[in-house]
Amino acid sequence: MTDYRKLWVLLIVLAMASPLGLYLPWLLKAGSAWGEWGVDEVKRMIGYAPAGMEKTADTWKAPIPNYRLPGQENAPLSRLSISYILSALIGMAGCGSAAYALARWLRRRKT
Amino acid sequence: MHIPDGYLGPPTYLAAYAACAPLWAIAARRVKESLSTRRAPLLAIAAAFSFLVMMFNIPLPGATTGHAVGGVLIAIVVGPWGAMLSISIALVIQALFFGDGGITAIGANCFNMAFVMPFTGYAAYSLVSRIFPSERGKTVAAGIGGWVGLNCAALTTALMFGIQPLLHRGADGRALYAPYSLWVAIPAMLLGHLTLFGAVEALITGLVVRHLQRSSSVWILQTAPGEGVR
Repeated sequence: MTDYRKLWVLLIVLAMASPLGLYLPWLLKAGSAWGEWGVDEVKRMIGYAPAGMEKTADTWKAPIPNYRLPGQENAPLSRLSISYILSALIGMAGCGSAAYALARWLRRRKT
Repeated sequence: MHIPDGYLGPPTYLAAYAACAPLWAIAARRVKESLSTRRAPLLAIAAAFSFLVMMFNIPLPGATTGHAVGGVLIAIVVGPWGAMLSISIALVIQALFFGDGGITAIGANCFNMAFVMPFTGYAAYSLVSRIFPSERGKTVAAGIGGWVGLNCAALTTALMFGIQPLLHRGADGRALYAPYSLWVAIPAMLLGHLTLFGAVEALITGLVVRHLQRSSSVWILQTAPGEGVR
């Protein structure tokens, strides 16, 4: 169905525009989302690192942490934008295929 | 609104997983029964859409950032149960691959953004669009639904943060996990969501619905019977 193709193209355009989500907070000097600080940030805010948080904050090492490709953690915003767009495309592909797979699996169990 | 690892104690995150498990099962059954083959790709598009929308960080100048979720728009298109599945997929991928939201907190984040948001927002949308059944009425209802849904999700997220100091304190009185009380967490979370982030969510939801109503793709809004809540 061509409508679906149109929607996917729109999503790709949206992915290309995603660095807006990096630049706008930078321009307007906005920090992390509330409740999504790193342990160091929490320590700075309340004077200590909560013990349980310190122990469990690094439970998981994501391959592309914070939508920054490995090696790009401290790159300038212009280069981070490329990371961000690639992350958007990877995430889109991941979400799309996972949802397709789920829908197919559900349909097969229907019969 | 993505709760990271280390902010919730085990009782909270396990309870959230326990709450989500039957909800996911019901969602899978509902979607299996109601989603036609023709509309199934919408589930994938919805998951990808939600993932992308959440990447657009909206700054509260000089303070924090937030983002829209698209949860109510998705609920209007594929039903709230379909929204639960597709947003959950986006949240799981964000946590696993991008470290956005914790692994332990996947249940909590899905409860807030994939369950509370689409269901409360869709209920508000249904109510308002029943009172104003015109096309314009539905557009406004969609906007209101988006705003309500996002704020309900922000509230349950704030509750999860805020009960941590009540549940977990060391012998020295220090917090073990999220340190801020309900009295701090609720206003802090709602401030941005009642205003700017909620307005963006409302605009996205309303404008996309309005655009779809007038486009040749209007079938996207014509939910199949059974996709609704009941």
